[in-house]
Amino acid sequence: MIVTIASGKGGTGKTTLAVNLALSFGRPVQLLDCDVEAPNDHLFLRPRITASNPAGIPVPRIDPEVCSACGDCAALCQFNALAVLQDRVLVFDELCHGCGGCLLVCPEGAVTEVLRPIGVVERGHAGAVRVVQGRLDVGEPQSPPLIREVIRHADRDGVVLIDAPPGTSCPMINAVRGSDLVLLVTEPTPFGLNDLTLAVEAVRALGLPCAVILNRSDCGDRRVHEYCAAEDIEILLEIPDDRRIAEASTRGECAVDAVPELRPVFERLARRIEEVVADAQPMAMEGVRFRADI
Amino acid sequence: MKVVVTSSGKSLDAAVDPRFGRAPQFICVDTATGETTVVDNTAGVSAAQGAGVQAAETVARLGADCLLTGHCGPKAFRALEAANIPVYVGASGTVADALQQLEKGRLERATKPDVGGHWA
Repeated sequence: MIVTIASGKGGTGKTTLAVNLALSFGRPVQLLDCDVEAPNDHLFLRPRITASNPAGIPVPRIDPEVCSACGDCAALCQFNALAVLQDRVLVFDELCHGCGGCLLVCPEGAVTEVLRPIGVVERGHAGAVRVVQGRLDVGEPQSPPLIREVIRHADRDGVVLIDAPPGTSCPMINAVRGSDLVLLVTEPTPFGLNDLTLAVEAVRALGLPCAVILNRSDCGDRRVHEYCAAEDIEILLEIPDDRRIAEASTRGECAVDAVPELRPVFERLARRIEEVVADAQPMAMEGVRFRADI
Repeated sequence: MKVVVTSSGKSLDAAVDPRFGRAPQFICVDTATGETTVVDNTAGVSAAQGAGVQAAETVARLGADCLLTGHCGPKAFRALEAANIPVYVGASGTVADALQQLEKGRLERATKPDVGGHWA
């Protein structure tokens, strides 16, 4: 099963939840850190990295001998990565999203692809947790291809936890799609509620079941509770605002180690997640397909 | 000579839009005949990315001999260079003002992009 930890708002506790949950299933877990702009799970789990592979985006190269400058490729490209000027096709690698459409549409067969590196996928292990993490190159604007490359390592037969990037745009969508359950981490504040609402709308549009983890649950107000009740979304866990958890985080320690009474709490959460996934009705996925699936 | 000016409106009285890729209009003026053509750039204004590249293609299609604008970034510059269209940056005031500035030699012909890209 694949369980993805996401949130509309950043800084709600995705990493904290991901690493502590990874230690609480009582069996080996695979943790995929897809927050590739800031992969932080390793700071807590300290995995021994045993493999590191470059990942990239396939970008077009045009053979000028074969190209007839018909412009079909540039007309198709929704990202303006191709332009025909003076009967020559210019390619802007940094704008290309690697869809491969230009290659398909070229009537002359003038397009080939080369890989433009955008980051690395690192694999390793920390005890019973197998870690796969993406690390995006500094300054690189496009993270989805790297996120898909990390998820390609998911071993669905076991427990897979995905630590998603924050927000509700392409990186988050790429991390959550294909999940059996999405855990949305939020906090009981107006910001938390606003961004939770956006995240719920996003995962529902993808046909994915979701549940809420409420962090720092004893601060703020009751509006997240009211929203979840109205929307029939289960709050699987409420984590109180506890200085000891914050202190452990700043030291790079896992909360279940630093605050012993949290360990059974997370173990119950892990069991409850397995029940929820087992009970979830298989939902029809939207007909969105990505090149990565082909 | 056909001169394209990036404009915030559809007439010569409109203010120059200093942005190239995301200017709402391009005004093409044939300096020999005084004939003007207005080209809408909604596609560029709403483009998620690559507005400058797309705008360069539009300007090239107009058969422009040169471009007057406020600023020109690296990708647009590369595209305009490939199209052999000289870029004059620093145009200001109305479109008519910009044309005068060109005539009086007050605009500087860009030899490289004068601003950074938005993506890197």
